[in-house]
Amino acid sequence: MPDLLLELFSEEIPARMQAQAARDLERLTVGALTDRGFLFEGIKAFAGPRRLTLAIAGLPAKQSDVREEVKGPKVDAPPAAIEGFLKKTGLTRDRLKVEKTPKGDVYLAVIERAGRETAHVLAEVIPEVMGKLPWPKSMRWKPGLAVRWVRPLHSILCTFDGELVPFSFAGISSGLHTKGHRFLSEGRIEARRFDDYAQKLRAGHVVLDAEERAAIIFEGVKQAAFVHGLEMIPDEGLLAEVSGLAEWPVILVGAIEDRFMDVPPEILQTSMRTHQKYFSLRDPKTGKLANRFALVANMVAGDGGREIVAGNERVLRARLSDAKFFWDEDRKHTLESRIEKLKGIVFHAKLGTQLERVQRIEKLAGEIAEKIGADAAKAKRAARLCKADLTSGVVGEFPELQGVMGRYYALHDGEDAEVADAIRDHYKPVGPSDAVPTDKVAIAVALADKLDQLIAFFAAGEKPTGSGDPFALRRAALGVIRIVLESKVRIKLNQSEDLLSFFADRLKVALKEKGIRHDLIDAVFSLGGEDDLVRLVARVEALQSFLRTDDGANLLAGYKRAANILRDEEKKDKRSYAGDVRENLLTEPAEKDLFAALTMARAAIAPLLEKEDFAAAMQQMAALRVPVDAFFEGVKVNADDPKIRENRLNLLSSLRTTLHGVADFSKIEG
Amino acid sequence: MADPKPRKGLTFQDLILTLQNYWAAQGCLILQPYDDQMGAGTFHPATTLRALGPRPWKAAYVQPSRRPSDGRYGENPNRLQHYYQYQVILKPAPENVQDLYLGSIRAIGLDPALHDIRFVEDDWESPTLGAAGLGWEVWCDGMEITQFTYFQQVGGIDCEPVSAEITYGLERLAMYVQDVEFVYDLAFNDRFRYGEVFHQAEQEFSAYNFERADTEILFRHFQDAEKQCQELLTGRKLALPAYDQCIKASHAFNLLDARGVISVTERAAYIGRVRAMARACCEAWLETPMGKYEPRFG
Repeated sequence: MPDLLLELFSEEIPARMQAQAARDLERLTVGALTDRGFLFEGIKAFAGPRRLTLAIAGLPAKQSDVREEVKGPKVDAPPAAIEGFLKKTGLTRDRLKVEKTPKGDVYLAVIERAGRETAHVLAEVIPEVMGKLPWPKSMRWKPGLAVRWVRPLHSILCTFDGELVPFSFAGISSGLHTKGHRFLSEGRIEARRFDDYAQKLRAGHVVLDAEERAAIIFEGVKQAAFVHGLEMIPDEGLLAEVSGLAEWPVILVGAIEDRFMDVPPEILQTSMRTHQKYFSLRDPKTGKLANRFALVANMVAGDGGREIVAGNERVLRARLSDAKFFWDEDRKHTLESRIEKLKGIVFHAKLGTQLERVQRIEKLAGEIAEKIGADAAKAKRAARLCKADLTSGVVGEFPELQGVMGRYYALHDGEDAEVADAIRDHYKPVGPSDAVPTDKVAIAVALADKLDQLIAFFAAGEKPTGSGDPFALRRAALGVIRIVLESKVRIKLNQSEDLLSFFADRLKVALKEKGIRHDLIDAVFSLGGEDDLVRLVARVEALQSFLRTDDGANLLAGYKRAANILRDEEKKDKRSYAGDVRENLLTEPAEKDLFAALTMARAAIAPLLEKEDFAAAMQQMAALRVPVDAFFEGVKVNADDPKIRENRLNLLSSLRTTLHGVADFSKIEG
Repeated sequence: MADPKPRKGLTFQDLILTLQNYWAAQGCLILQPYDDQMGAGTFHPATTLRALGPRPWKAAYVQPSRRPSDGRYGENPNRLQHYYQYQVILKPAPENVQDLYLGSIRAIGLDPALHDIRFVEDDWESPTLGAAGLGWEVWCDGMEITQFTYFQQVGGIDCEPVSAEITYGLERLAMYVQDVEFVYDLAFNDRFRYGEVFHQAEQEFSAYNFERADTEILFRHFQDAEKQCQELLTGRKLALPAYDQCIKASHAFNLLDARGVISVTERAAYIGRVRAMARACCEAWLETPMGKYEPRFG
C-alpha cells in the first residue's frame, strides 16, 4: 500500500521544542486520518534543527466507501416531518425506501458516500494539522498573513505514493524539494519516497533521526574521551539539547588551560555546560574532572576542525577567566561578612529580606537540632551562613551553584567541615531523584529552611493553587516528608491546619508510590493532633496490614455497621450517643461479651499506643471481631425498652471511640 | 603607546567599514548614530519607530550603547559600559535574511567552511520598550557574535509587517576576528589600539556611573523627561521629540540603577513608566504621515 512523506523545512527550530513538535505532528495527523476512517501500517515523525518530517507507511489509496441507513418518519406522517427528513438526508422523496415495521411503514434513507482519493484527503488534512500544531512559542513573519510557525517556514515537501500532494500553507505551495545541510550541501534535493529522501539527506549531511544523532554524539564523545584516556561525564539533558543543535554532529575535543584547573570542578562544569554546551570529561581512575572537554559542532571543516577547536577554546578561556575572577574575588570576603548584604535582597515582597529569612531559619534550625540530637551550635552556624553565598559573584553568574559555593567559601573561611557540608546540603533534596541529607546538622538546617518557607508563604496567603506553585512549596513539603521519613528523625510539625492538610496531601502523593492507600492516610490524619510524620506513617502502615487480614476486614465491616446504626439513630433522635455503658442494663450474653471485650481491649491498647506499637494495638483490636460479629447476630439494637436501646447505642458508640484510638475508620473506603 | 602587535583579521574600523559597505550594497540606508545616550541600537528611532506601521524600511548604522552597570573601571577583559553595536533593520524581513546575514559574516572574513556557525534559540525582549521578538543568538565556534530577531511587538503594538533586526556586538566580533582576548588590545586601526581611545573613558565613566552621578539630579531628569514626554503627546502630538524624552528617561533610569538607589519593587515600577512613555510615543508615531501611510515620500 502507498506511503506518505511530509517534510516541513524552516529556519532553526529551538532544540527544546523539537521532540514535542514531532510528537504533536504525529498525534494530530493520526487523529485527523482516523477521524476520516483511515487505517495505516506505521507512522514515524522526526525532528531536527531545520525540519520536521513525517512518514506514514501503508495508507490505502482510497478512503473506504460508507453506506449508512437512517430511519425516518412514517409514510403517513405530516408533510412537514417528511420535508424535514429529506432536508436532513439530502435526498429526494423518490430515493427513499420504505421499510415495514410492526408500527407501520416508515421511510428509510440509504446514504452512500463513495470513499475519496487519499491524496485529496491528505491535501486537506495536512494544512489543517499544520495550523493546529501547538508550538510553545510561535511567530508571524509573512506580510499580511496571520499564520504562525516557530520560525519562518521555507518549504513543504509532500508526496503520496511518490506523487506530489498539492496544497499550500502560509503562502507556500507544497513541492518535491528540500535542502540538505546549511553549509555542507548545495542546491535542492528532490525526493518522492521516504527511503530515497533519508538517503539523499544523509548524502547532504543531515541525520534525520534525533535518536541517531544522540547516539552518534554519545558514542563520539565516549570514543574521543577514550583516545585521551578519559571518560565522558554522562549528561542526558545536554545530550538531548545538542542533538537538536546539529544536523550533522561532529565531535571535537578541546583543552582547558591548567591555570583554571584549581577552580572548583563544579564551576568549570557548569560554565561549560550552561554557556557552551560542552561535555565534561573525567579521569576514570580518580573520577576527577579532566582538563579536556568535548564539543559537538555542526560542521565538517576543511582544516579538520582546527579553527573550530581553537575558537571554542578561546571562548571557554574568556568564560573561565570570568569564573576564576569571581572565584578569586569571592574568597576575599568571608561568608560572615556577606550576611549583612542579605539585607539588600528581597526574598518576597510580603516576607521581607533574605536576612530576615536567615534569622528565622537560624532560630528554627537550633530548635530542630535539639529535638533530633544534632549539634545545635553547628546547626545554627550553618543556618546563619546558608544563604550568604547568594551575594557571591560565582552564584550571581551560576545560580545553580548555590550551596555548593557556600561550602567552598565556608571551608576557605575555616568553618567546621560539618557546618560547611550542611551549607551545601541544606537545599537537598532538589528533585525526586536527589538524595536527602544524612548528616544531622544538615538535616536540621534543611528542615528549617523548608519549614520556614512553607510557614512564611502560608502565613502570607501565597498557597499553591491547582495550576500554579510559583514558590515551589509542594517540592518543599515533599522535601520535608522525604527527609523525615528517610532519616526517621522525630519532629512535630506543629503547624496550622491549612499547612497540615497540605502536608497530608503531599504525603499521599509520596506514599502512593509505596502502595499506601490515600484513604488510610486520611483516616489517621483526621484523628487530629497527629503531626509527627514518622508516627503517622507507622500508624498508616500498621493499619494497612491489619486491614489486609480477615479480622481487620471483618472488624471494619462491623465498625461500618455500628457507625451506620449510630448515624441513623442519632439523626432520628436528634441527639448523640456517647454516654457510659451501664452494666446493669446489659441483658443479652452477646452484648455483655462485647462490653467485656471492649473494656479489655481499651486497657490493653492504651499502653501500646503510648509505646507506638501500632501493630500490637491492631492485634488487640482484632480480638474484637468475634464479639462484634456475635453482637450483630444476636442482639437487636433497637430494643423496645428505651433505656436498653440507649444503653446499646452507647455500647456501639464506645466501640466507635475505641477504634478511633487508632484511626478514623469512617474515612476508610471499601 | 606602542603599535599594536601583529594581528590577523580586520581592524575595528575596517570591520565597521566592511559592514557599512556590505549592508549599503544590500540597499540599506546607512544612517549615523542617534545623538542621545541609549542602552542599545534598538532604541534608535530608526528601529523602534520605523519597525511600526506598514512603510517598508531598510537601514543600518553603528550605535554607541551605554550600559552603566556594565562598567568595570577598564579592568574586565570584555565588559564595557560604553560599546558599539552594529544594527541592521529590514522591513519587511526578506525571505533570504539568514543568507544575507551569512554574507556579512563572510564579508568580514569568517569563512563558514572553516567555522561552526549556528543559530541558537534566544528570544529577545525589551521590557522598557514593550518590545519582543523571536530569534537566535548566532554562534561562531561557540561564541555569540550576533543577535538575530524577528520583531513581533514594539511599544506593545503588533508589528505588521514583521521586521528582521540584526545586531552585532562590534567589540566582541572584532576580538574574535583579531584573535584578541583583552578588548583594549584591539587594533582600532593600524596605529591605535582600542585602549588608547576608550580606556580612560571606561575608568572615568565607571566612577561616574557607580559613585559620582548625582542621584537627586537623575531622579529629577527622569521626572522632567517623563513630564515633557507626556506634554508633547497632548494636543498636537510630536511623536519624535516625545520619543527623545523617552530615551532620556530610560538612560536616567539605567544610571540610577547602576547607582543602586532603586529597590527591586521600585525597579519594576520605573520600567513600567518608561514602557508607558515608549508605548505612547509609538502610538503617536502611528498617527503621523511616516508611521501611518503606505510608501510615499514624506
